Amino acid sequence: MAHHQHDARTQALSRRTLLRTMGIAGLTLASSTAWADGSIRLPIAGEPRERPLTHEFPQKGDMILQRTRPPLLETPMEVFDRGVFTPNDRFYVRWHWAVIPTSVDAGSFRLTVRGHVNQMLSLSTDDLLKMPRVELAAVNQCSGNSRGFFSPRVPGAQWAHGAMGNARWTGVRLKDVLDRAGVKSGGIQVRFKGLDEPVVPEAPDFKKSLDIDHARDGEVMIAFAMNGEQLPLLNGFPLRLIVPGWYSTYWVKMLSDIEVLDRPDDNYWMATAYTIPDTLHANITPGQTGVKMVPISRMTPRSFVTNIADGASLPSGANADIRGIAFGGDTGVAKVEYSVDDGRTWQLATLGEDHGKYSFRRWQTNLPPLAKGGHSFMARCTNLAGDVQPAEPNWNNSGFMRNVIEPLHITTT
Amino acid sequence: MRHATIMMGVLSAALLTSTPAWVQQAPAITSTTVELPSGDQLFPGGSDADAINNNCLACHSADMVLNQPALPKAAWESEVGKMIKTYRAPIDESDVPAIVDYLVKTKGKT
Repeated sequence: MAHHQHDARTQALSRRTLLRTMGIAGLTLASSTAWADGSIRLPIAGEPRERPLTHEFPQKGDMILQRTRPPLLETPMEVFDRGVFTPNDRFYVRWHWAVIPTSVDAGSFRLTVRGHVNQMLSLSTDDLLKMPRVELAAVNQCSGNSRGFFSPRVPGAQWAHGAMGNARWTGVRLKDVLDRAGVKSGGIQVRFKGLDEPVVPEAPDFKKSLDIDHARDGEVMIAFAMNGEQLPLLNGFPLRLIVPGWYSTYWVKMLSDIEVLDRPDDNYWMATAYTIPDTLHANITPGQTGVKMVPISRMTPRSFVTNIADGASLPSGANADIRGIAFGGDTGVAKVEYSVDDGRTWQLATLGEDHGKYSFRRWQTNLPPLAKGGHSFMARCTNLAGDVQPAEPNWNNSGFMRNVIEPLHITTT
Repeated sequence: MRHATIMMGVLSAALLTSTPAWVQQAPAITSTTVELPSGDQLFPGGSDADAINNNCLACHSADMVLNQPALPKAAWESEVGKMIKTYRAPIDESDVPAIVDYLVKTKGKT
């Protein structure tokens, strides 16, 4: 493993040397993406909206290319129309650092459990396969999903709505692994790290932490399978932390190191990055300062139309089938409602099969004929805690936690 | 063909069951080796892009930057500063003005 990491870093550094010494010779311009599979226009708040569609990434079908290295690949909206679970080869991809091992040997891979424990562990994938197995359907969503819709715009990955996916995760309870190591009294947080490394060794390693009670709640798990198969490398092969109901930043990929801490984790990725204003919907006024910031955590309810694009035309005088997906965030979907009169009145949509409170839930409705002209179709999800999607968008400097009702403009002709 | 379809139906029904008693087969975990696209494309702009090409491409590809919205100069200065201070990018101090100029020229907003 270390060997591969070394290779990857050497490669990245020699790339730098190459660029310095050769300048532009032998390299191509960013505008020519010879391997693009056409392109797509994202319905985000402003230009540039055009993105290449690519199938050049391993174990992946056509994906929206947001960044080649380290990869940021978005799932096209149409994929969510095909089923409640997102296929592995269309599941979105997001990495922070460019030194990603491109080869993982299943036999020599070890997961280390250390720190404030009675007994340090070094577990193989076979060790984990022998432990009691659990399975859970859960949505994995990037904190910055839909950032491209923020206005005023904010820097960062300019995602549309496809930095999310839903899968059946199979693995072992984190609690069982921690119990095997024996958490010493005074252990207050558990920190997770994967095999990826920054190109510059001095840069902060990507590490995330959960409070000990959360880590031991019996729901947080270490997954070795996703939708019944081993994880694609870019989704974290061989092991990924699953934190149901929480944003993906905690779902550490290529999980290789678990450290029980007897002090709060103050590393950059907990204390500074991925923090949000401690306000309702993490909402502030652009330019507002002096706001208390806290680590991002639980997800909030969202809903999307998946079979009709914004700006679509529908024939007048006919019913229209409209369907989509919703999720409750950190609890299940109570209801999905829709409105065709700008939110004055709401009707219940029909919910599809319930795959558990952390899963996508499909919804659909048969819309009666609308008068000729322009209409706005709005869907909103209310979760089991009574939390409902807001009518006004939130705003914060990082473009996190968007969950506003997303109106769809349709024209009846 | 029909037989295969029925088999698949049975399989997916089994996979979707939430009965904890259902004994799952151990999934195979096989060693994996992949190749990732290099992402070595340069920023366009000829010599105006020399500074950004020489300093920024070691850690990330150009497309991410080119996909950003137009941002005020202060925002670009802050982004470049974050790369240096927080992410420890070994950017030559003398190249910083040229990098910011390029970003403001191609991705600027007043």
